Amino acid sequence: MSATKPVNQRAWWFVLPVLVSVAFSALVPLMTIVNYSVQDILGPDQAVFVGMEWYKEILRDPDLHGALYRQLIFTAAVLAIEIPLGITLALAIPERGWRASLTLVLLAMPLLIPWNVVGTIWQIFARGDIGLLGYVLTQLGVDYNYSQHPTDAWVTVLVMDVWHWTPLVALLSYAALRAIPEPFYQAARIDGASRWAVFRYIELPKMRGVLTIALLLRLMDSFMIYTEPFVLTGGGPGTATTFLSQYLTQKAVGQFDLGPAAAFSLVYFLIILLLCFVLYNFMKDPQ
Amino acid sequence: MARIDLQDLGHRYPGGGDSWALRPMTMTWNDGGAYALLGPSGCGKTTLLNIISGLIAPTRGKVSFDGRDVTALPPEARNIAQVFQFPVVYDTMTVFDNLAFPLRNRGWDQARLRQRVEEVAEILELQADLGRRARSLSADQKQKISLGRGLVRPDVAAVLFDEPLTVIDPHLKWLLRRKLKQIHQQLKLSLLYVTHDQTEALTFADHVVVMSQGEIVQIGTPEQLFETPAHRFVGHFIGSPGMNFLACEWSAGAATIAGVRVETSSSQSPPAGAALSIGVRPEYLELASTAGPNTIPARIAAVRDQGIQKMVQLEVGSTLAWAKLRNATAALPSDTTFARLPPARCALYADERRVP
Amino acid sequence: MRRKHSWLVLAVYLLFTLAPIYWMLHMSLRSNLAITSTFAWIPESLSLANYATIFTDPAWYGGYVNSIIYVVLNTILSVAVALPAAYAFSRYSFIGDKHLFFWLLTNRMTPPAVFLLPFFQLYTAIGLMDTHLAVALAHMVFNVPLAVWILEGFMSAVPREIDETAYIDGYSFPRFFVRLFLPLIKAGIGVTAFFCFMFSWVELLLARTLTSVDAKPIAATMTRTVSAAGMDWGTLAAAGVLTIVPGALVIYFVRHYIAKGFAMGRV
Repeated sequence: MSATKPVNQRAWWFVLPVLVSVAFSALVPLMTIVNYSVQDILGPDQAVFVGMEWYKEILRDPDLHGALYRQLIFTAAVLAIEIPLGITLALAIPERGWRASLTLVLLAMPLLIPWNVVGTIWQIFARGDIGLLGYVLTQLGVDYNYSQHPTDAWVTVLVMDVWHWTPLVALLSYAALRAIPEPFYQAARIDGASRWAVFRYIELPKMRGVLTIALLLRLMDSFMIYTEPFVLTGGGPGTATTFLSQYLTQKAVGQFDLGPAAAFSLVYFLIILLLCFVLYNFMKDPQ
Repeated sequence: MARIDLQDLGHRYPGGGDSWALRPMTMTWNDGGAYALLGPSGCGKTTLLNIISGLIAPTRGKVSFDGRDVTALPPEARNIAQVFQFPVVYDTMTVFDNLAFPLRNRGWDQARLRQRVEEVAEILELQADLGRRARSLSADQKQKISLGRGLVRPDVAAVLFDEPLTVIDPHLKWLLRRKLKQIHQQLKLSLLYVTHDQTEALTFADHVVVMSQGEIVQIGTPEQLFETPAHRFVGHFIGSPGMNFLACEWSAGAATIAGVRVETSSSQSPPAGAALSIGVRPEYLELASTAGPNTIPARIAAVRDQGIQKMVQLEVGSTLAWAKLRNATAALPSDTTFARLPPARCALYADERRVP
Repeated sequence: MRRKHSWLVLAVYLLFTLAPIYWMLHMSLRSNLAITSTFAWIPESLSLANYATIFTDPAWYGGYVNSIIYVVLNTILSVAVALPAAYAFSRYSFIGDKHLFFWLLTNRMTPPAVFLLPFFQLYTAIGLMDTHLAVALAHMVFNVPLAVWILEGFMSAVPREIDETAYIDGYSFPRFFVRLFLPLIKAGIGVTAFFCFMFSWVELLLARTLTSVDAKPIAATMTRTVSAAGMDWGTLAAAGVLTIVPGALVIYFVRHYIAKGFAMGRV
């Protein structure tokens, strides 16, 4: 965009507060987890060094494979729906005026609800007897029951996530769209570009930076989804909605296996890191 | 290519109240002409351009291309090209694809398209960059691409430029302007060039259209604008410094300044009650040391030596006027002196307008 | 330049967005008995009893006060540390600047379930357990990277010449930054504050883990409605409705800036 920025290593001083504050709350817990992951915790003051033992066990665990598989499918579905839908909505939001304000406020509402409340709302909302969604579906003759049918449960969790998070993608995309100068649209009209070409060659490239962030946020957050399905389905029926976090919690809290749980956490962390890294580099400006 | 007629064309922006962004006007742009639309920012020149291209629908009036009414047509149906102030390029495309874009949208076949794009690239000296991504180029390269997209369609009614050289380096600006002039001669396109820079307008165009406050105040060749400004605004805006206007009275069928009768090139009488002044360019105002016809008392207030010429500031009555002296090697008469207004070089202005 | 049916798409989606929220509002106005026994499209009576419970019970409204305290604290801290960093990113190149941003983002990627324990131990060790500051600090892990990103976008839009002119005019850096630069990006600060506010407001796991009584957030208070007598749906819904209010107010105030907010993110 502009000329190259001057090189100034003292700029690190400006970044220092961020590094200290983030490192304090991130590195210390990370180190603790690394420490746990190579020990067998027998009691508050009793631990035995076991090396890579937990990692070997974790990587062979079929339940983990199942959870990881469900997680990947779920996250892929989340991204495949929320990103295009969010962009579509952003294109439909009025450009200015009270309609734009109203739409933005209404659209943002799901984002402002604490996550456990989101789960609770949907728990009732989707119930066949007393919930609006479940009731309407049942009246329409759909055999729908999210606490009994695994598919229904899975779809409900997905729809809930779409409801909860698509507005974030829409808000970010909308912001990027508003920042495109008018002459780009005017030039495209003069050039005889179709609506699709305007989207493909002007809007999409200008949204790339923002979409990268939206994709990364949705990728990592959906990969760590926990509170909402926990409240809604508790991971069931069976293991239909037991995603990685749910499984991890069962392992850490339910079975008091801190060592394996810590090893699992790190493997989990590395998977997210790898996915985000690949995506980040894929989306990054080629320059 | 086409003749463009504007008939009783006017525009008000919504929320702008009763004020016209563009006052109703009627005029014709001839086929193949190179026009400059000159005026300060906010004078309505971009509005006029956008109405011609169809980006803005006018509040009233009609636009026609070669007699065909296009007022209701959108820009893509008007067969017109426009280049904007800031470079508009399609970032993800190559330079070639950028230039080809307007042609592809109109269904040109590959071979013809390639030939035409290469032609335009050659004119703009972009051949070496055709395979590069547009985003990796500098601002003036990008603006060249915008120019190229404007020029690539050979069948356009006109190419409209909206201050296209704002972001370009001064020396490149000069080159590109000359390039545009060449292109105009080569391709015989009708060009409309909006600018607020008089040098740019005067060097580029055959006809300069001067606008002020939503109104076209004069259309003419650069020479006409300089020699016979139809409006005080044109006098001020063209030339550096602008025209001198000396307040005068009307008595016994002639203009007088401080009781001295002044002959001008105006042959008609001014309307009664108008505020009168005599306009004379600094280039034509002469210094004199003795009284005579068309010679009025003046006093030297300041002298600025610019090497090849001297700028002399004169106090004529209560107004200040500039005189530009080319051959001022001789010492200036220091004490009381006179200023002479050559009759053929000055004109009478009633209110804002020149009296014919 | 927009599609003809875009209004329809938007209207249908807004209906989808509002339906669950309507249902929450609907529930909040009914009694538990009515909620669990009969279906009704609109509440048969408008009872504010559930809201009365919240406003009279200190355990309930105290939760709101606690949440607001740590959310505001977090927002201030996040913006304060992000400002200089964003300035550095927008104005200078330095070793590692390309990687730093991604590294900052990775801190959002720690799966909470197991990481809660070390958080608990860390804050116990430094004596911050059950304080508002503890939650505010913990939430900085995910808010600071986002804040840096948003602010950097705004700052990049401010021409660098402004900085240089200020130095020539004899401004010291801190005076320039506070008196000249910050007013220029106040829209960005507004948008950043909204996002920090939002993510801190809705987070439950960390907030619940790091507090017990004195700083217990509203989201955690809401989990206690599960009791032996079954769910207290009505009160829960009323509390849920009330959790939307502060955020909706904030977004209303920054709505104009959202548009300009992410013009040029650093990617």
